[in-house]
Amino acid sequence: MSLRLGAYESVIGLEVHAELLTASKIFCGCSAAFGAPPNQHTCSVCLGMPGMLPVLNRRVVEFAVRAGLATHCRIAPVSRWARKNYFYPDLCKGYQISQYELPICEAGWIDVPLEGGAKRVRLTRIHMEEDTGKNIHDAHGGGSLVDFNRSGVPLLEIVSEPDLTWPAEAGAYLRTLRSILQYLQICDGNMEEGSFRCDANCSVRPRGATALGTKVEIKNMNSFRAVERAIAYELERQVRVLEEGGTLVQETRLWDPDREETRPMRSKESAHDYRYFPDPDLPPLALPASFVEDVRRTLPELPDARRARFVSALGLPDYDAEVLTARRDLADYFEAVVAAHPNAKAASNWVMGDILRLVREQRLDDAPTITRWPVTAAHLGALIALIDGGTISGKIAKTVFEDMLGSGDAPAEIVERRGLVQVSDEGPIVAAIDRVLAANATKVEEYRGGKDKLFGFFVGQVMKATGGKANPGLVNDLLKRKLAG
Amino acid sequence: MKLSVDRIRHVALLARLALTPEEERELAATLDQILAHMDTLSRLDTTDVEPTAHVAAVETPWRDDVVTNAPDTAALLANAPARDDDLFLVPKIID
Repeated sequence: MSLRLGAYESVIGLEVHAELLTASKIFCGCSAAFGAPPNQHTCSVCLGMPGMLPVLNRRVVEFAVRAGLATHCRIAPVSRWARKNYFYPDLCKGYQISQYELPICEAGWIDVPLEGGAKRVRLTRIHMEEDTGKNIHDAHGGGSLVDFNRSGVPLLEIVSEPDLTWPAEAGAYLRTLRSILQYLQICDGNMEEGSFRCDANCSVRPRGATALGTKVEIKNMNSFRAVERAIAYELERQVRVLEEGGTLVQETRLWDPDREETRPMRSKESAHDYRYFPDPDLPPLALPASFVEDVRRTLPELPDARRARFVSALGLPDYDAEVLTARRDLADYFEAVVAAHPNAKAASNWVMGDILRLVREQRLDDAPTITRWPVTAAHLGALIALIDGGTISGKIAKTVFEDMLGSGDAPAEIVERRGLVQVSDEGPIVAAIDRVLAANATKVEEYRGGKDKLFGFFVGQVMKATGGKANPGLVNDLLKRKLAG
Repeated sequence: MKLSVDRIRHVALLARLALTPEEERELAATLDQILAHMDTLSRLDTTDVEPTAHVAAVETPWRDDVVTNAPDTAALLANAPARDDDLFLVPKIID
């Protein structure tokens, strides 16, 4: 999409809230699972009853350190918990336990792949905090309803520097960050369910200026597409206001996906004064170097490294490597196919083609991790092996593949059961060619008279006559010879 | 430093306290004294002192990531001033 920014340039920074895939909440032993009946996953701690004390979930710290190491952050040997104070019905204690001064991770970066090459985007910080409950509006005539199942679910807040310029860059940054979190298996990255949420800080300034313009925060975007459209709308709005001689106010605006515009949020929260102070219920978090090193040893291969390896060690084109490593489960599946039969390019073609098409059609990728594949990696590897070994043609392989989808049988069994073994004996092929040429004498004359395009017709007829089982290379050779006369 | 009544009203709003004009004047005077005392403390040279985040020198206590709480929604909702089935009912929130 092209932006009309006239004499202005844009500056974008993003804040991501990622829900962590822990079994229990950050400060109590309640389940952190999504989708339970209202207030089932609550206790006196996450309901903020007086006198209750929070006890930190160790895995939350492990996950935060994993995220920090994967994004080249400095891990703080000592970090602190802070109370962020405000009143809202979904915040039962009147404060959110978060980190303010001394967050657990600082000063990192990620490389974001863009069309013209990678762009390095700096991360200001990553900190841990608890999620709030959920308000339900409009369900009850006289009031609003509150479900605290989400209260106390662990979150990472990941804040970028204002290093992004275009909406598409913001989208690419979010996809890269989400992929990293998914590789680390610490967040499922589901934007619709709210486990990966993004707020965008946008401003514009005269081209070439160094000072930042007035910053506007946009919220309420629940897809990558919405983030890009909301930022584009907002940047153009800001330029319009300035060009018309107006002034911008620092404010929070909500994206309205139906009307495709941002609107100022009610200023009930205008008195933004969170009065952060160290939480007396939680001592500072001291991390021994050995803790960080233990986490470092468990880090998986990250998307960048895996993409590079797919190109260098497996000889895949950049594009294939990019598509296959976008999701960890997809890359794992692809590697399992290659392990079953070492033909990486063929495996890539099948996975990027038929497999991904079916995954999308059957919405298998709605699950955080795809576990049900249309066919198993072992079977797909075996199918490619049958093609490479000359047992079946690529065309017959499509038939076998369709059968595999329905029957779940191994490809060799299907070939056996349906008699699909490729015919590579010259005898039956020559016989079929003779029959086809005899039945199409006129066309043979036309071909010999210079109508080369008819060659494809003859190939098709011969394949049809052999039930598609003839070796296509052999058919080509023999046909040419016969037609030459 | 003299605290204005406006300032008192702002702090009271943040803490959701409803104060009478009399209480506002009284609190302005009391808070003034407290802040004056803080000013006295601020004169101490703390250049080489680590800011205190917590008074107890304890190791970070933590727990394993295990679900230990069984649902007890009925008991937990029993104290709710208002409810609708298993949801807390609050005055209408206008967004």
